[in-house]
Amino acid sequence: MTVTLASSDGTALASAPDAGAALTVRGMTVSYGETPVIFSIDMDVLPGSMTAIVGPNGAGKSTLLKAVLGIVKPLSGTVRVFDRPLREALPRVAYVPQRASVDWDFPTRVIDVVMMGLGRELGLLGRVRAHHRARAMDCLERVGMTEFAARQIGQLSGGQQQRVFLARALAQGADLYLLDEPFAGVDAATEAAIIAVLKELRAAGKTVVAVHHDLSTVPDYFSDVFLINRTRIAQGPVEDVFTPEMLDRTYGGRLATAQLGGLTRDAV
Amino acid sequence: MGADFVALSIVPLVIGVLAAVACALPGNFLVLRRQALIGDAISHVVLPGIVVGFLVAGVAGTWPMLIGATAAALVAVLMIEGIQRLGRVEPGAAMGVTFTTLFAAGVLLLEQSDTSSVHLDVEHALYGNLESLIWIDATGWGSLVDLQALAGLPPELTRISVAALGVVAFVWFAWRPLAVSTFDEGFARSMGLPVRAIGIALVVVSALAAVAAFDAVGSIIVIAMFICPPAAARLVTNRLVAQVAWSVGFAVLSAVAGYVLAGYGPIWLGFGNSVSAAGMIATVSGLILAVCAIAGPARHATT
Amino acid sequence: MLFDALTLQLGYNVTLVMLGAAALGMAAGGAGTYLFLRKRALVSDAVSHATLPGVGVAFLVMVLLGGDGRWLPGLLAGSALTAGIGLLCVAALTRRTRLTEDAAIGAVLSVFFGLGIVLLTIVQTLPLGRQAGLESFLLGSTAGMLRSDALLIAAGGVVTLLAVATLHRPFTAVAFDPGFAQATGQNIARIDLTLMMLVMAVTVVGLKVVGLILIVALLIIPPVAARFWTDKAETLALIAAALGGLSGYVGAGLSATAPGLPTGPIIVLVAFALFALSFLAAPGRGVVALALRHRHFQHAVHLRQGLLAIASEQPIYEALTMRILRREGLVRADGVPTDAGRGRAAKALRDETRWQVARGTEHLSGLAARHDGLTEIETVLTADQIAEIDARIATPVEVG
Repeated sequence: MTVTLASSDGTALASAPDAGAALTVRGMTVSYGETPVIFSIDMDVLPGSMTAIVGPNGAGKSTLLKAVLGIVKPLSGTVRVFDRPLREALPRVAYVPQRASVDWDFPTRVIDVVMMGLGRELGLLGRVRAHHRARAMDCLERVGMTEFAARQIGQLSGGQQQRVFLARALAQGADLYLLDEPFAGVDAATEAAIIAVLKELRAAGKTVVAVHHDLSTVPDYFSDVFLINRTRIAQGPVEDVFTPEMLDRTYGGRLATAQLGGLTRDAV
Repeated sequence: MGADFVALSIVPLVIGVLAAVACALPGNFLVLRRQALIGDAISHVVLPGIVVGFLVAGVAGTWPMLIGATAAALVAVLMIEGIQRLGRVEPGAAMGVTFTTLFAAGVLLLEQSDTSSVHLDVEHALYGNLESLIWIDATGWGSLVDLQALAGLPPELTRISVAALGVVAFVWFAWRPLAVSTFDEGFARSMGLPVRAIGIALVVVSALAAVAAFDAVGSIIVIAMFICPPAAARLVTNRLVAQVAWSVGFAVLSAVAGYVLAGYGPIWLGFGNSVSAAGMIATVSGLILAVCAIAGPARHATT
Repeated sequence: MLFDALTLQLGYNVTLVMLGAAALGMAAGGAGTYLFLRKRALVSDAVSHATLPGVGVAFLVMVLLGGDGRWLPGLLAGSALTAGIGLLCVAALTRRTRLTEDAAIGAVLSVFFGLGIVLLTIVQTLPLGRQAGLESFLLGSTAGMLRSDALLIAAGGVVTLLAVATLHRPFTAVAFDPGFAQATGQNIARIDLTLMMLVMAVTVVGLKVVGLILIVALLIIPPVAARFWTDKAETLALIAAALGGLSGYVGAGLSATAPGLPTGPIIVLVAFALFALSFLAAPGRGVVALALRHRHFQHAVHLRQGLLAIASEQPIYEALTMRILRREGLVRADGVPTDAGRGRAAKALRDETRWQVARGTEHLSGLAARHDGLTEIETVLTADQIAEIDARIATPVEVG
C-alpha cells in the first residue's frame, strides 16, 4: 500500500493510476463561478478498503463525491472505476446522497424507494416480481426497517430515512459504495446499524467511501482516510495519515487542536 | 338525450375529457417537480408558436401549428434555463420574463399579420370554443357506427385523441425514470439516467398536450388541468400511482361537470344562454381543489 | 411620428397615457424589486389573473343597480377585490396544505381566470354587454380611451409611485434580511401585506393600459434587468424604477404611432429589450463579461494543473490542458516541456509545497486557508513569511 502524502518534499501529487484501484480520480477541479470548490484532486481508493473523506465545512467533500459520479460537472478531471471509464462502471456503483437533498414529502412508500435501487434490473417496463420484492425486503431487513416497508416516507425520522437510503443502495448490489454524510443527524442506534452494514460490505470484499465529519469515530470506522481542504491534503491508511499534524494541515493549525480535543490524539 | 345530444354535445364532451386528461397526466410530475408554472409558461407561449407556425407555413394546418407551438415551448424552456443559469436569476423570475415576452410577441405578430382568413385571435386562443365543435353529420346514436357520419367528426377530435394517446404512452413508458428523477435527481444521475433529457421530454410532452388541447379548448383549461387535478390528487393520497389515478378522475369530473354546467346550468337557472365551457371547466377544477384542500385526507405535510 | 410621441406632441390623451404608463412603470419596477428580492415574482401573476372575475362582477353589479356598467373606477374596485381574494387563496393553499407556492399560484391564476371568462360570457348576453369592451382588460387598450380614464390612470400611477417611494426603507429591510428586520421590531407580515397591496394597485391601474396577462411583465422584467447592474437593494429599486418608467413611456408612445401596435405587448417588448441589453452587456454580471471571466478562469486552472503534472512528471490526460500549455509555449508540439515550461512548473510545485507547509504552520494556517488552488502565494504571504516557510522546507519534518 503506497502512502502518498506530503512528506518532506511536500508534494500532494499521487503517482500514476493504480491498475487495481476501485476508484481513481485525476486532476478533478470543480468551481462554482470563479472560485474552485475543489482543486486538482487526485484520489486512489483500493478495493476492499473503507475510506473516510474528511475535511472542514466547505472543503468540498460532497462536491468531490458528486463530481466523481458525474452529478456535478467538473471543470477538469478524469474518473475511472475498477479501471473502466465511469459510464461503463456505473452499474457497479451505489450512491447514498445526503438526506436533505430530496423532497421527503414525495408521495411514495419505503418499499418503493428501495425498489428504485433495482431500477437497472427492472428496466423501463419490467414487472416487479416476487423475487424483486423479496430482495427489497431483505435489504430493509439488513438495516432493521422491515416493519416500515409500507410507511409513507415523510413519516420517518431522520435516522430511519437514512437507513432507507442505505437499503436502496444495498438493493443496487454494487461493488463500490459512495455515501454522502451517512451519519449526519442520525440517532446512535442508526449510526450503529449503518456502520455494521458497512463493515459487512467490507467483509464481503466491497469498497466503501463515505464523507464523514465526526473525527472521533474515524479510526474505529474506517481503514483509510482522505484529507481534503479544497486541495488534497493526504490520503492513506488511517494509522499513517490520520495524525495530528495532518489534521492541523487539513483544518488549519490551532483550530484543529481545539476542534479535536484530546480524543483523536489518543486514538492515533 | 337523443339526436341533439349526439350532434351537439358528445364531441365537445369527449374533447374536453381528453384534453383534461392529456394535461393532468404530465401535470402530476410538473407539480411534484415544483415546475407547476412551467405549465403556465407553456400555455402562454403556445400562442406565439401557433402564430409563427401559421406565418411560416402560410396555412393554419395541424402540422405547422403543432411544430410551431412545440418549438415555442422549447424556446421558452431554453430561454428560462439560459436566463436562470447564465444570468443567475431565480426560476420564477426567469419564467416571468420569458412567457410575458413571448406572449407579447405573439399578440403583436397576430395584430400585425393578416390572420382574418383563419380562425385565430387572442380570445379564441385564451378560452377556445369548445361549444362550436359540433358533429354536423350526426343524426342520432346510430351515427356512432355510421362510417360516413364518423368521417365528418371535427378534426380537433382526432388531434386531441392522438395527443392523449401519446401522453399516456409517454407516462407509461417513462414512469420509472420520471419517478426516480423527480424524487431524487442525484441518485438518478448516479444510476446513469439521462436526467436532463427526461426533464426536457416531460416539457415537450406537456407542450404537445397543451397544443392539442389549446386548439380545442383554449389556454385556460390547459393551465387549470396541468395544475388543479394533480394538486387536488396530491391532497387525497400519499402514493404516486394513486395520485395519478385520482388526478385523471378529477380531470374527467371537471371536464364533464364543467361542460354540463356551462351548457345547461344557465338554462336551469332560467337564463337563455350558455356560458363559456372552458371557463366553467377551470372553475369546477378549482372547486374540486378547494374541497380537497379543506377535507383531503393527505392535505397536511407529514414532515 | 415616434419623435412626436416621445416629445408628447400626439395630443392630450396620448400624453396623459404616456405619463401615466411611465409613472406606472416606475411604480411597478420599484414594487417588483421587493417582490423579486423576496423570490416571489410570480405571485403577481396570480394577482393579475384574479382581477378578471372582479371586473365581470363589478360590471354586473353596476348594471343591476341601474348604471351602465362601464364606469372605470367601479370596475377597478371590483378587480382589486377579487385580486385580494386570489392572494388570500394562494396564502391559504400554501400555509394550510402541503402544496407548494408555485402550485398554489398556478391553481389560483387559472381558476380565477376561468371564472372571469365565465362571467364575461354572462356579461356578453346582456343588452349592454356586447359594447362593454371588457375584453380590453385582457391585453390593455388605450385607443379611444375617455379623458377621465386617462386622468385616473395617470393619477393612479403617480400615487402608486409615491407609495413605493415612501415605503422603500421597510421593504428593503424585509427583502434583505427578514430575520434581522423582525428582530429590530419590523412587523414582517404587515410589510409583506403592504407590498402585496401595492402589487395589487399596480396591477389594477395597469389593467386598462397593459392588460392583465402582461402587467406582471412590468413587475418582473425591470427588477431582473436591473439586477445585472448592481448588488445593492436600494440602487436596484432605483434602476428598476427607471427601466420600468422608460418601458412604459416609450412603449405607450410607440403604440400610439401606428395602428396594430397594442400598448401592452409593446411596453413588454420594450422592457424585454432593456433586459436583453442588461443580460448581455452589463459589466460584472452580464453574460459576455461572465463568459470571458469563465474562460480566463478555466485557462488558469488547466495551466496550473498542467504545470503541476509536468513538475511531477505525470502524463497529461486532458486535451485542453495540453493545448493551453502548447499555446503558452510551455510544451513543444510533441508534448515535451520546454525550458520555460520546466521553470514555471518548478515554481508551481515549489509554491504548492510552500502552501502545504504553511497549512501545517500554526501562525500561517489561517492565511493558508485562503488558498483555493490558484492563489499566488505572494499575494497572501509576505516575503518574510515565505522565507520562513522555505527555511522549514530545507529542514524536513518527518511525517507518517
